[in-house]
Amino acid sequence: MNDMRLTDEDKRILDGKRGEAARIALSVLVDLGELFGAAELMKVSQVHIDATLYMVEAGLEFAEKMVDMGGKVAVPTSLNPSAIDLQRWEAYRVPAETLSKHKRLEEAYLNMRAIPTWTCTPYQHGIIPRFGEQIAWGESNAIAFANSIIGARTNRYADLMDICAAIIGKVPKFGLHLTENRKAGMLIQLKDITGDMFADDAIYPLLGYILGEMAGDQVAAITGIPENVTTGNLKGFCAAAASSGAVGLFHMVGITPEAQTLEMCLHGGKPQTVLEITPQAIRETEEKLRTVKNDGVDLVVTGCPHYSAAEFVRLVQLVKGKKVHHSVVFWVFTNRTVYAWIKNNGILSDLIAGGVMVFTDGCPLQYPREAWHFNAAMTDSAKFANYCFSQRGLDAVFGGMEDCVETAICGKIRRKEAPWHLK
Amino acid sequence: MVPGIAKGEVLVTSQPISFWGGVDPATGLINDPRHDLFRKSIAGKVLVFPFGKGSSTGSLIMLELARVDKAPAAIVNVRTEPILATGPIVINHFYGKQIPIISLDENSFRMLKTGQHVTVNATEKFIVLHN
Repeated sequence: MNDMRLTDEDKRILDGKRGEAARIALSVLVDLGELFGAAELMKVSQVHIDATLYMVEAGLEFAEKMVDMGGKVAVPTSLNPSAIDLQRWEAYRVPAETLSKHKRLEEAYLNMRAIPTWTCTPYQHGIIPRFGEQIAWGESNAIAFANSIIGARTNRYADLMDICAAIIGKVPKFGLHLTENRKAGMLIQLKDITGDMFADDAIYPLLGYILGEMAGDQVAAITGIPENVTTGNLKGFCAAAASSGAVGLFHMVGITPEAQTLEMCLHGGKPQTVLEITPQAIRETEEKLRTVKNDGVDLVVTGCPHYSAAEFVRLVQLVKGKKVHHSVVFWVFTNRTVYAWIKNNGILSDLIAGGVMVFTDGCPLQYPREAWHFNAAMTDSAKFANYCFSQRGLDAVFGGMEDCVETAICGKIRRKEAPWHLK
Repeated sequence: MVPGIAKGEVLVTSQPISFWGGVDPATGLINDPRHDLFRKSIAGKVLVFPFGKGSSTGSLIMLELARVDKAPAAIVNVRTEPILATGPIVINHFYGKQIPIISLDENSFRMLKTGQHVTVNATEKFIVLHN
């Protein structure tokens, strides 16, 4: 069975010489490698762990037992969000049982010496990989961003595999770690999408969602994205693509590093499939993401994925001097780093004065449902809108950041006319 | 694939399965109303589906199913991707329970029908039909 080349150190670990946690972790990595034909294990410089929120008892049991068995991270390891704000859990109305499970999980990961980033955007604040760096990340939006936008290399690691990779600091060499598997097999072109359409930032998550549906688990290249696209736009695009499809990597010609030209991301070959995105497809996708039947929402959610400092600068410009309607709760999720910055420069107090609630660490999709009783949410995240109804039974409507702010202030859905609405 | 031998009743679907959001981790019932196995139990079954889909959290759901003894006895696919394989691999090393996985070509895959009793031998890569 053992076809993979193992080093003497690997063999010592498999013999239990570095403790039981390392033995289990490496056994798991070796099995994965055997299964997918990896010739050997390779070092990764960093890991991002996805299994960071309490979902089932087995997840907590795994983390705690790995710690009890001596599990420590071998390389710098960041953490995905918790389900809750681990510091402002009272304001977030976290039930006592949920809090205690998450505090135990927090303790386990801190004992492993993971870095308490608690964020789904480790590519914006934290241990940021460089182009070509071999890493092992969990969290679908972060994987898509690291591979596509930065050009770092990771497979789509499942929960638990990420923990094993962190304890060993290695992964089997296969999949997106290898150059030949990063070639685009599908080409997606924009048809009749005019320049004015990109003035509405809602276009990016919608295009990402469509790319995800088209690509599935294949590597796609998309052309026609304007050069002034922002990191925030790309983040929304990645999150949407990785929620509608199993997208680990895509190329954006002229924008992303492995696609300076179309030929470059096709590795000199021809695409197997060529598809088009039309204004009609964008309109239909926006409609599909709307499950709200009337014009009312009682929740506005932004920060899925976590808001960056740049997004807060824009948000406060839109909110300043206004007040969130009494019938609406307005949540923004971010990480501890950005929170410290906006607290320091006064953005936070302006937002609080406007009635906006800012949380860190958490994932809005995991909000304590029984404590809040929401009926419908507006969001600038196509990912949140996609999962909102199916996972939490909460109706959703998608729009841009500006639409979210207007909606929060009016207490009724406001979605400005986008050019694709008219086509 | 993931080695081991398991015996059980076949449960077939032509649709992919997402363990996260698609299977209730407490009961092993398919809880996605859009799925053709909706309300069926996968616990102890030889679960036959073409490939996995959805979130990378699926492995965690499978670990929980194993913890509460509601996991499938074996899994038969046409294509097994890393995220799907992670669950049974970790379960094997962490709980010492084997959920063999085997991949079949599409013709052999189509010969499996719900209700059949089979033995899946993933170590030597064959399936025995008992009725």
